[in-house]
Amino acid sequence: MKFNETDLTQLHEDLQTKKISAKELTKAAFDRIKETDDDVKAFITLNEDEALKRAEAIDNEGIAADKLLAGVPLAVKDNIVTKGLKTTAASKMLENFTPIYDATVIEKLNAQDFINVGKTNLDEFAMGGSTENSAFFTTHNPWDLTRVPGGSSGGSAAAVAAGDVIGALGTDTGGSIRMPSSYNNVVGLKPTYGRVSRWGAIAFGSSFDQIGWITNSVKNNALLTEIISGQDDHDMTSSDRQVPNWAASLNENTNVKGLRIAVPKEYLDEGIQPGVRAVINNALKHFEELGAIIDTDVSMPHTKYGVPAYYILASSEASSNLQRYDGIRYGFRAPDAKTLEEVYVKSRTQGFGDEVKRRIMLGTFSLSAGFYDAYFNKAAKIRTLIAQDFANVLKDHDLIMGPTGANPAFEIGSEIADPKTMYMNDILTVPVNMAGLPAMSLPAGFDNGLPVGLHIIGKAFDEQTIYNAGYVFEQTTDFHKQMPKLGGQD
Amino acid sequence: MNFETTIGLEVHVELKTHSKIYSPTPVEFGDEPNANTNVIDWAYPGTLPTLNKGVVRDGIMAGLALHAQISKHMHFDRKNYFYPDNPKAYQVTQSETPIAHDGWIEIEVNGKKKKIGIKEMHIEEDAGKNTHTSNYSYVDLNRQGTPLIEIVSKPDIASPEEAVAYLEALRQRIQFTGISDVKMEEGSMRVDTNISIRPIGSDKYGTKTEMKNINSFNFVKKALNFEQQRHEKVIMAGGTIAQETRRFDEATGETISMRTKEGSDDYRYFPEPDIPPLEVSDEWIQEIEDAMPEMPGERRARYTNDLGLSEYDAMVLTQTKEMSDFFEATIALGADPKKAANYLMNDVNSYLNDKQVDLQDTKLTPANLAGMIKLIDDGTISSKMAKKVFKGILDGQEPAAYAEKNGLVQLSDPAKLQPIVDEVLANNQQSIEDYKNGKDRAVGFLVGQIMKQTRGKANPGVVNKLLMKALNEK
Amino acid sequence: MASQIDQQQVKHVAELAKLEFNDAELAKFTPQLGSIIDMFEELQAQNTDGVEPMYSPTDRVNVMREDVAVKSNEREALLKNAPDTEGGLIKVPAIMDDESEDGE
Repeated sequence: MKFNETDLTQLHEDLQTKKISAKELTKAAFDRIKETDDDVKAFITLNEDEALKRAEAIDNEGIAADKLLAGVPLAVKDNIVTKGLKTTAASKMLENFTPIYDATVIEKLNAQDFINVGKTNLDEFAMGGSTENSAFFTTHNPWDLTRVPGGSSGGSAAAVAAGDVIGALGTDTGGSIRMPSSYNNVVGLKPTYGRVSRWGAIAFGSSFDQIGWITNSVKNNALLTEIISGQDDHDMTSSDRQVPNWAASLNENTNVKGLRIAVPKEYLDEGIQPGVRAVINNALKHFEELGAIIDTDVSMPHTKYGVPAYYILASSEASSNLQRYDGIRYGFRAPDAKTLEEVYVKSRTQGFGDEVKRRIMLGTFSLSAGFYDAYFNKAAKIRTLIAQDFANVLKDHDLIMGPTGANPAFEIGSEIADPKTMYMNDILTVPVNMAGLPAMSLPAGFDNGLPVGLHIIGKAFDEQTIYNAGYVFEQTTDFHKQMPKLGGQD
Repeated sequence: MNFETTIGLEVHVELKTHSKIYSPTPVEFGDEPNANTNVIDWAYPGTLPTLNKGVVRDGIMAGLALHAQISKHMHFDRKNYFYPDNPKAYQVTQSETPIAHDGWIEIEVNGKKKKIGIKEMHIEEDAGKNTHTSNYSYVDLNRQGTPLIEIVSKPDIASPEEAVAYLEALRQRIQFTGISDVKMEEGSMRVDTNISIRPIGSDKYGTKTEMKNINSFNFVKKALNFEQQRHEKVIMAGGTIAQETRRFDEATGETISMRTKEGSDDYRYFPEPDIPPLEVSDEWIQEIEDAMPEMPGERRARYTNDLGLSEYDAMVLTQTKEMSDFFEATIALGADPKKAANYLMNDVNSYLNDKQVDLQDTKLTPANLAGMIKLIDDGTISSKMAKKVFKGILDGQEPAAYAEKNGLVQLSDPAKLQPIVDEVLANNQQSIEDYKNGKDRAVGFLVGQIMKQTRGKANPGVVNKLLMKALNEK
Repeated sequence: MASQIDQQQVKHVAELAKLEFNDAELAKFTPQLGSIIDMFEELQAQNTDGVEPMYSPTDRVNVMREDVAVKSNEREALLKNAPDTEGGLIKVPAIMDDESEDGE
């Protein structure tokens, strides 16, 4: 059984009517994983024994009508802490680390009796755009196994694209939910900053990080995001705004008539691969046909500063957030460390991979004496300008659209040699995290057989309009119905 | 050449809140190592700080107590450095927007009053505690996250005596707010100090040296005196002062150079992204000001103006908040202020010094002290017997019951005393003769005999009256 | 052109970050960092006079918790996860200088 077309509401009904049991469903998920994961390698840790036990217990208790996720198998990116289940952040530093508490999102999912099938692969500490920076192995794109699944939530996106699960949790700091979603023909939404609690998300860039879902459909994404959202006393940056019932508005009456969509000049310039540009232009035309108003006479002049400013700010925060990995209270301690200094230096040098070290160095440099004003504080001012760009455009538009990435998935190993090239991939996604806005990547077509995602950016806390537009587009196109040719029968 | 001295003091005050500043674990002492720690205190992956409102409130109160401006817009900053007792490897503090700034406190040295400026005050977290053997160090994170207020003086302190006066005044004022015990010996008050000297009239400050974590005010004075002299000696000999941190050696009274670490103190401060900014309202500041306990100065004024106590007495009574609160509670129950003051300053203080205990750790209560004073006033017990009753109230005994039980109640009933007076007179005819012959000493002798008969319990006043009446009738 | 940072500076930054690089790694890393820092320099082209810095997009203000103590029951689990402990204390090789920052 593949989960690529499974609708969550229908699944819940089937479980309730006992058309399928939680145990059968869970077993089906693991069967599918076994069919695909030798090739895709989406998972770091599989939770088969516990998951089946849990599913059986849920079957015995009975599927609660008000628990939408009861008995439903889902996957979790391995930088979200799960109590009692190894959480590695794809790093040697936490290779054998078992958390003693659950992230808030996991607590919310547990309250719904979900089934955790396992922890998915990522770029180490979420730093990267290809999942090649995992300390353990690279995940392969189900659409073309020689290519990357994107990153840093590559494992989660690949697992959904491979039909292993209907949804997998990811995190997004500079595009890490949206880019892999774009590369895998799946739906990924980064919520507004503060919409979802960060308690239990292993911190990378504290003022950028958000947890969100990668799913096989827009409606499933809305349902799942509702469940994990809400103010949390553990996270003082979490918003106390009401969480709307986004999914309830997604039906045959949803429409985009009169929706004002801005497409900034900077988003479709010569840096975008022609095949991608073609897909996006078609998507925009489609929206026009559905009654939306496309406005291309819009500019976000500070877009080009987004990548350097982001890399300064996020790396600076990361350099501080990762100082706690010192071999003293948990995690990896270098076995050959004899003095205290060696415990620090050897544990960190041996425990962290190259990309993590690079970011730590960049961040440490940007904050260091004499450079703070020219780098960190300057970048923070650029952040204000970028946020203002968005505010100006969203003043008289409902959404901003463009490609999620300039290119589709690239070949494994082709970009890893030059970090800067990899960073430039993020040019369209990082400004969103700078401003803290919500954004989705939506299946919009293919470029030579490789998926291309449409990037939809909304106003702060207006995930609803994004979901509406995404839903309408999805329901009137077939892109999301395409599946990679992968393992087993169809 | 004559020099003038500039001394700076950085005082850390540990707050008495129930929970830590960024984590809800208890602020308690003496528990098993690491018993009061959670995943936040251990800086586990994925954890985030939660700001304790009580700490912000206490910080504002401390600012108000020191006449400082309260910052209406505040945020926190990260100070990044690696050390085993610092689990996040950064301390969340306030470097950009201290909770209060530009305050002052008045000191008095050799009869002269002076205002010492306070540059800023900020709230932050304490680190854990390290202990050592020769090969290993051990970390207890119970203290990690305990809230601290750091108070930084302006360069107004000009001598070691002024420094100690500042510390005493600061300690007293903070103690009276109730936010901290401010006890050097318990670590709830810690002092770092720096000093520099320059030729009198020079407009450029000299190079300063720093000494951290000195254990008592006395040692602070000694350390500063030593440094002041050392600076002078070096400069007079044509040398230069090295800017460094020095260790004060308690045994020798000297300061010793510590190995300087070049370039390793780049803390890379930046704003703490996990704690949203604070906007402090005028209403909240007013609320806190209204809740502030009365400061020692105001209390002393009341004691002298309204209660007629001497300035010295007022000063002794306001040395600690406990003593002052106790005194006020005692007189609130009707005890005579002068008597209450006397007992507290003399008998009670002797007891506390003797036993090395604090007032709040004894069984003495204002009710019992007030009760005993009333018994003296109404003649139920004599002041001699009171000394015995005092022992009783020190043990938490109710004074009237205790006096009764132990036969300490004065014999005041004239009906009961008259027979004894008569008997003593009957047995001491010679004394009566002596009295009639003008020897007043005979009265004393007779009183003594009567007291002996009553085993000291007779009310001397009543005895005197009865005796004189009887004598004059003879 | 990776002129923004040299090997000495990289070594110094590595010291602050408690990382170490051998000569080969230093030779590889330095130009990589240099080229990224070159990219950072592009920000200088944008005038930011009078622009307030933005450190977070959070919409919250005055978020505080009441001063209520919550006893921890995690001590055993925490100690169990630590690489080395003794008598309920976290154990590390001896700290060489006794200059604890002590909340300073």
